[in-house]
Amino acid sequence: MRLDEQTRRDFPILQRIVNGRPLVYLDSAASSQKPRTVIEAMTRYYETSHANVHRSIHTLGEEATELYELARDRVQRFIGAPAREEIVFTRGTTDALSIVAEAVGRTLKPGDEVLVTDLEHHSNLVPWQAAVRDRGARIRSVPLTGEGVLDLAAVDRLLTERTRVFAFAHVSNVLGTINPVADLAGRARRVGALSVVDGAQAVPHLSLDMSALGCDFYAFSAHKMLGPTGLGVLYGRRAVLEALEPARGGSEMIKEVWVDRATWNDLPWRFEPGTPPIAEAVGLTAAIEYLEKLGMDRVREHEQALAIQTVELLAAIPGVHVYGPRRERAAVVSFAVDGWHPHDVAAALDVEAIAVRAGHHCAQPLMRWCGVVGTTRASFSVYNSSEEVALLAHAVAALGAAP
Amino acid sequence: MSSATRPALYSEAIRDRWRRPRYRGELPDATATAEDVNPLCGDRVRMQVRLDGDRVAAARFAGDSCAICTASADVLAELVEGRSRADATRLGATDVLGVLQADVRPTRMRCVTLPISVLGRALA
Repeated sequence: MRLDEQTRRDFPILQRIVNGRPLVYLDSAASSQKPRTVIEAMTRYYETSHANVHRSIHTLGEEATELYELARDRVQRFIGAPAREEIVFTRGTTDALSIVAEAVGRTLKPGDEVLVTDLEHHSNLVPWQAAVRDRGARIRSVPLTGEGVLDLAAVDRLLTERTRVFAFAHVSNVLGTINPVADLAGRARRVGALSVVDGAQAVPHLSLDMSALGCDFYAFSAHKMLGPTGLGVLYGRRAVLEALEPARGGSEMIKEVWVDRATWNDLPWRFEPGTPPIAEAVGLTAAIEYLEKLGMDRVREHEQALAIQTVELLAAIPGVHVYGPRRERAAVVSFAVDGWHPHDVAAALDVEAIAVRAGHHCAQPLMRWCGVVGTTRASFSVYNSSEEVALLAHAVAALGAAP
Repeated sequence: MSSATRPALYSEAIRDRWRRPRYRGELPDATATAEDVNPLCGDRVRMQVRLDGDRVAAARFAGDSCAICTASADVLAELVEGRSRADATRLGATDVLGVLQADVRPTRMRCVTLPISVLGRALA
């Protein structure tokens, strides 16, 4: 059975009628929809087990703590992390990258460099800009080449003994480019730089093994992988996390507090100040269980086939330009239509109940490389079908010369 | 649905202004220029005016923007020409939408108001 035939009925929202037509949701890279099991797990948690975690010595508190920590174990297994202490819960990918940038930023000295790339999401640029500011450190960036892949020769030129951090996306949220994480992390390690990976667009689609990737940090969000909003994960290699001073304080992250000083809790709680998103962690457990049942290899195969079909159908339409690698790509496809601004394309597709993203996708340096202010982007998840791709292509082909 | 039977996405006025803007271009003798971007989409609009005493003698817009934003900038440039500076700064989204004969959803309202706020800066 096709993956979408198996999954579709598990997603209540896909029954929605929009503008008189069945919803065609092609915006999962922005946020995926949620299977019933995730929604029900969160409701059940609130109806039966909710209390604050870790310091509530009563039955509900223990149940909530158990469920919250279970989510950590599930994440650890799902991404192939060596230890549960390496899984830090955050508010999202942006928050996770900021936690790293704030903590590492404190150790930067004049002359230090942070290397990023021209295809980064703003969330992997702006925190680093704040980290280097006022410290005499500076940002450098890896340029793109060809269809929108990193210039690997430039990586070697730009990685020097001055480089303290190499921050890069696993998958481009615009081009769908899949970066060679293990290779890049290895190059960073050889010059003594920390590798920080934005995995927001990779975790929902690829089978992952942190040990094999060998990066120091890896960040992602629950809501792009069938889970709830408001929760993210920061994987950090244990030795690196242990050496890092937490930049944010509050409850949960301390061992002992005096009015003028404090000592830190053990990993991973040292980096989790404040009451965490507990119900969201419960939802993430259900999302991971759902994905694991499907099998990530099957998920990847299904979504990649949809992406390649989209590239082929759209590129064949006169006046339509597709960005990014033709074949080696993840589940996002950005395109432009002659005579049409991306927002107008999205508005026209919405009339036909096709939901796509339009704009700069929080990647303005990359937009400049593409030579546009924005693109229209279709993205896919486990519930999308080749029929939906055909509907998209048909609607784009029918757009005409101008709005 | 074929394009022949598809209902128009926007009002006739918006579509016309997008396809054939009257006030797009450079104003070589501009006395004031302002430019801004819409953070939501990256659209960029520049408004130029030539003030003759207190009167807006000419206005032009430039930039890279969607149909609604382009139409708004085009209408705005037309509306301000000949007005006093104070009168021109009082123009708002209602005036522009009136000319465009369009209702705009809240998510696209910023497309209408960006040229207005840019013009306000140029005239400030």
